Amino acid sequence: MRAELETLKSEALQALEHVQNSKQLAEWRSRFLGKRGALTQLMRRMGQVPPEERPAVGRLANEIKQALEAAYAERAEAIRRAELEETLQRDAVDVTLPGRPPAMGRLHPSTRTLREIERIFADLGFQVYRARDVELDEYNFQLLNIPPHHPARDMQDTFYVDDGGDSESRTVLLRTHTSPGQIHAMREFAAMNPDDPPPVRIILPGMCYRHEQITARSEIQFHQVEGLAVGRRITMADLKGTIEYFVRRMFGPERQLRFRASHFPFTEPSAEVDMDCMLCQGKGCRVCKYTGWLEIMGCGMVHPNVLRNGGYDPERYTGFAFGMGPERIAMLKYGIEDIRYFWQNDLRFLEQF
Amino acid sequence: MRVPISWLNDFVDVSDISADELAERLTLAGLEVTAIERVGDWWDPERIRVGQVLRVEPHPNADRLVLATVDYGAGEPLTVVTGAPNVRPGMKVAFATAGATIINGYSEAREKMVLKPATIRGVRSEGMVLSERELGLSDEHEGILELEPEAPVGTPLRDWLGDTVLEIDILPNIARCMNILGVAREVATLYRRPLRYPPTEWEETGDPIEGKVEIEIQDPRRCHRFVAALIMGVTIGPSPAWMQRRLRLAGMRPINNVVDITNYVMLEVGEPLHAFDYDKLVERARRTGRETPKIIMRQAREGETLVTLDGVERHLTPDDILVTDTAGILSIAGIMGGAETEVTEATRNVLLEAASWDYISIRRTSRRLGIFSEAAARFSRGVHPALALVGDRRAARLMHELAGGTIADGMADNYPAPPPAVTVEFDLDFGERLLGMALDEDEVVDILTRLEFAVERKGDRRLLVTQPDHRLDIHGPADIAEEVARIVGLDKLPSTLMADELPPLRTDRLRELEETVRDLLVNAGLQEIISYALTTPEAEARLRLDGTPRPESEYVRLVNPSSSERRVMRRTLLVSLVEALQRNLTHHDRVAIFEIGRAYLPKPGQQLPDEQLRLGIAVTGPARPPSWLEPQPPHADFFDLKGVIEALCRHLHVAERVRFVPAEHPSLQPGRTAAVELDGRRIGVVGELHPLVREANDLPDRRIAVAEIELQPLLEAVPPTYQVEPVPRYPAIIEDIAVLVPEHTPAADVEAVIREAGGELLRYVELFDVYRGDPLPPGQKSLAYRLHYQAPDRTLTDEEAAQIRGRIVEALRQRLGATIRGAG
Ligand SMILES: [Zn+2]
Repeated sequence: MRAELETLKSEALQALEHVQNSKQLAEWRSRFLGKRGALTQLMRRMGQVPPEERPAVGRLANEIKQALEAAYAERAEAIRRAELEETLQRDAVDVTLPGRPPAMGRLHPSTRTLREIERIFADLGFQVYRARDVELDEYNFQLLNIPPHHPARDMQDTFYVDDGGDSESRTVLLRTHTSPGQIHAMREFAAMNPDDPPPVRIILPGMCYRHEQITARSEIQFHQVEGLAVGRRITMADLKGTIEYFVRRMFGPERQLRFRASHFPFTEPSAEVDMDCMLCQGKGCRVCKYTGWLEIMGCGMVHPNVLRNGGYDPERYTGFAFGMGPERIAMLKYGIEDIRYFWQNDLRFLEQF
Repeated sequence: MRVPISWLNDFVDVSDISADELAERLTLAGLEVTAIERVGDWWDPERIRVGQVLRVEPHPNADRLVLATVDYGAGEPLTVVTGAPNVRPGMKVAFATAGATIINGYSEAREKMVLKPATIRGVRSEGMVLSERELGLSDEHEGILELEPEAPVGTPLRDWLGDTVLEIDILPNIARCMNILGVAREVATLYRRPLRYPPTEWEETGDPIEGKVEIEIQDPRRCHRFVAALIMGVTIGPSPAWMQRRLRLAGMRPINNVVDITNYVMLEVGEPLHAFDYDKLVERARRTGRETPKIIMRQAREGETLVTLDGVERHLTPDDILVTDTAGILSIAGIMGGAETEVTEATRNVLLEAASWDYISIRRTSRRLGIFSEAAARFSRGVHPALALVGDRRAARLMHELAGGTIADGMADNYPAPPPAVTVEFDLDFGERLLGMALDEDEVVDILTRLEFAVERKGDRRLLVTQPDHRLDIHGPADIAEEVARIVGLDKLPSTLMADELPPLRTDRLRELEETVRDLLVNAGLQEIISYALTTPEAEARLRLDGTPRPESEYVRLVNPSSSERRVMRRTLLVSLVEALQRNLTHHDRVAIFEIGRAYLPKPGQQLPDEQLRLGIAVTGPARPPSWLEPQPPHADFFDLKGVIEALCRHLHVAERVRFVPAEHPSLQPGRTAAVELDGRRIGVVGELHPLVREANDLPDRRIAVAEIELQPLLEAVPPTYQVEPVPRYPAIIEDIAVLVPEHTPAADVEAVIREAGGELLRYVELFDVYRGDPLPPGQKSLAYRLHYQAPDRTLTDEEAAQIRGRIVEALRQRLGATIRGAG
C-alpha cells in the first residue's frame, strides 16, 4: 500500500510536468485528486491494510494528497499566468495607429482675444459694458464732439440707415466705434447720483461697421474694445501705466511702448500707442512696414465736452479712454495676413485655434 | 504732405539733424512721418554731374537728333547724341557718363539700367544729357532737365539736386501744419531754434490799387475775408528751376511763373491763392457797363453751372459759395477756378486773390463735386483769415521778383468776419492733474511762446494764453495741456496705475451667461463662428419655402451699402449659418457650428430697431468625426441637435421649463421640426432644413439640422443659484417597462404620465428603446423605459416598488390607452 501510494505520487507529479493548459490541468486533477481519481480509489482500499499500519498509511496518504494539491496549485498559477500572457499578446495593437478623434469645439479667435482683453482689464477693476450696434448719429458723433461736417467724419466712413429722412438729416447709423457706449455708460452712472457722480471704469466691446471695400486689409465690420475711466484723480500718466500693464500682459513683459501725439475729436490730449514689433524685435520687417513699430491702439484724456455730455463736470472730473481692435491684435499675435478670414467662417481657418 | 528738407531749412536750420531723427521727433509730436524719400541718393557722384552745353550741332544722319558737346568739369568735353527739343548752348544740364546707373526712360516699369557707350546713326555717344524721368525725379521725358545757371559745372548732381522729402500725415487738428512754414514752426519749437519767415516786403512802386477793383462779400458767414493784390506788367514764362524743383518734390506740376507762385506760396505758408487775368476781368466789367471789376462773393443759385480749369462743367447748388463778378461766375470758392479768367501766356496784369472761407461749406462742395484739390484740402480743414494777407503779400513779392511785375500800392481787403480772439486761462495745477506730470511754469511759457501763443502770467501758476493767428483749434485748457504734453514729449510722462476709488459694482449677468453658453456649446463639440450682420432680403428669402423676400421696410437697410451683397441687417441667424454651410460643405463632411449674435428687427414707430440676441446652431454630416475605427459614423440629424439643446438647458438649470413641441417653420421639414418653448412661450425652433430649401441654397442632399433660439429669455430664466441633492445612500430598484401606444402618441406625453404617476420615489426615467414592427400590430409603437425607484431614507421593499409600478401602469392604460408589453 505504501509503495502504491509512493508510486501514485511520483506518477502524478510526473504527469503534472506534462500538463500544459487549463484543460489538461482539469483532467489531471480529476484523474488523481477527483472523486473517482486514483488517490481516492487507493484510499478505498484502506480496509485491506493491517489495522496497526493504518494510521501511518493514512498519514502518508494525507501527506501525498497535500503535496499533490500544492503541486497542483503551483502548476495552476503558472498556467494561468502563461495563458494570460498569451491573451495579452493577442490583444496587442499597433500603437502608431491614430486615436479615435473626439468632436472638439472651439471658440472663434475674436472671442478668444476679446476674452483675453476683458480678463486683463478685469484685474484692473474694469467692468464690461455693452451697447447697441444700430445707433443715433447723436451718440456716435455729436455727443462725442464730432459735429456734422467735422473733418473727423472723413476718417470714419459711415453706413447710414434708411430712416425715411433725406440724405442731409440721417440720424440712424451703424456705429463706427464703440465710443457711443461711453456716453450711455457715463449717463447711466451719473444718474445714480447726478450731483456727485460715481467713478466709471468700464470696457466696451462690440461690433463696429465702416463703409469700406472688403480687402485683405480692410473690413466692413470689426470688433472694437474701448476702455473708459472717469474719476476725480485720473491722469494721463495713469492711462500710460494702464496701457503698459495691458500690453505687457497681452504680448509679453519685454514689450516696449511708444506714445506719440495724435488726434481724436473725443480726447484731448490724444495719443497713438506703438509697440515694438514682436516679429522682428523692432529691427524692421514686412509686418511693421520696416519701422520696427506696430500701431496697436489710440487713446487720450476724455475731452471736456464729452465728459460734460456724459453728465460729468470737467472742472471736477478727468478721465481717459482707449480703443483697440481685437482682430488686429489677433492678426499680430497669430500672424494672420488677411482680415477677411475672420467672418468667412472657413473651418480650415477656425480649426487652427 | 510732402516736405522737402531743403525747403524746411529755409525757415529753421535743420542742417545738422538727420532726416531719421527729425522724422522721429515730428512723429512723436503728432506729425506722423509715414515715409522718408531720399531723392538722388542713388546717383553716382562720379558719373552724374552738373554739365554745361558748349555747342549744339546737327546730327549728320538724322533730322530729329542733334550732337551736344557738354563740359562736365572732368577731362575733355564729350559730344553726345540727343533728341531733346530743348537742348541749347549755354544751358546747365544733368550729365551722365558711361557706367552711370540711370532709369530707362522707355521702360514701362521704370527700371534702372547702366548707361553704355553707343553708336547712334553712325555717331559715337559716350554719355547722356538726362531728363527728369531718367533721374527718377518725375515722369517728364519730353526734354532734358534744365538746371539753374548758377549750378557749378562738375559738381556731383547729388550734391546740387539731391534732397530728402518727409511724407507727413496731417491730422485734422494740425491743419495749420499743412505747409512748410507750419512744419518749420513745430521743428523750431521742438529743437528750440529760431524760426525765419519768408520775406513779404517790397518797395512800393505801383499806382494805388484804389479804384482798380471793388470787393463785395454778400455772405460773411461763409466768406470771412477777401484780399486782392494787383500786379501789373508781368511776363509769363517758366518759373525758375529751383521753384519748379520744389514744386515737383512737393508733388505739384509746374505750369508757368504766375501759377507756380500761387502754388508755391500755398505750400509755403498754407494760404491757397488764385491768380486772375486782370484784363479779362476788366473786359467782363465793361460788358456789364462798368469801368472796373467788382468781385462779389455769393451763394450759388440752383441750376447755375461753371466750366472749371480742368474743362469740366460743374453743376452748382445753393450749398456752394462762388467768386463772381458782374458778368457771372469766376470760380467755385476755395475749390477751383473757372477757365475764362485763368492766367495764360498772354496775361500781362494779375489780380491775386487770397481769401478765407467757411471750412464746412468748402468741405461739402468739395465732397459733392469730388474735387480734392490742394486748395480744397486746406480750406476744408480751416485756414485762419490772417493768412490771406500773409499769402497775398508773399506771392506779390515773388511775382515782382520772378515775373517782373509792378505791385500796385496797397491791397483791396474786405474782412467782415474776423474770428473771435481765443484766450484761455491755463492753470498749471489743472495741467498737472490732467497729465499726472509736474509742470514747470517757465518751460510751459517757453513752449507756448515758441508756438506763437501770446502768454500772460497771472501769478499763482496761472497763465492767460491767446491763440496765435495761424490756428483755429484752441478752445480750452485741455488744448493747451495737449500742446505742452506734445512738445515736452509723451515719453516724459510717468507711468502710474490708477489711485482713484473703484466704481460701484455693476454686473452684466446676461453677458456672463452668454459666455457660459459659448463654453457649453464648445464642450458639446461645436465650432463657434461669427458672421457678417449684413445680408440681403433675397438671401433670407431663399431660406423660406415660398421664396418671396420680405419688404425692405422690414429690414434695417443701409442707404449707402458698400456692396449689394451686404445691404440690410439680418433678421435671422439662419442666413449666416447657411452661408457658413455653403462655404464649408465643399471641403468638410462634418459641420457642427454655432453663432451667438444679433438679429435686427425694426419696430414701427421706433427709431432704433430691436437688437435681439440669438443662438444659432447647425449640424450636418457624421455625428462623430469618422476615423479608421469608424469610417462611417451615423449621420447627424434632428436628435443630435436636440440633444445639444437639451444638454445646454440642463446645464443652465432651465430644463424643467423648456419643452419641445411639434411645430411648423417656413425653412424646416414638416414632421422633423419642434418649437422650443420656455414656460409655454415659443423662443425658438429646432429642425431639419426642408429639402427644397436645401436645394434653393445649393446645399447637398442630406439632413441638415438647424436651430435658432432667442437667448435673452432663456438666460433670464437661469436661476441665480440652485440646490444640490445628496448622493443617494440606499440602493435603487431598477426595472424596465415596455409601453405599447399608438404611433401618434408623443413620447413626451408617455414620459410625463410615468413621472406624474411615479411620484417622488420614481427617481429616474430613461427611454432606452423605440420599436415598431413584428409582432406589434401596425400603427403601434413600443417605448421601453428604464425606471429607478429610490427613497432617500430607506431601502425600498419589493412591495413598495410593485405599488409604484402598478400606479404607473394604471395611469398609462387609463390616460393613453397604452398596453404594457411583457409586463407581469
Ligand atoms: Zn517688424
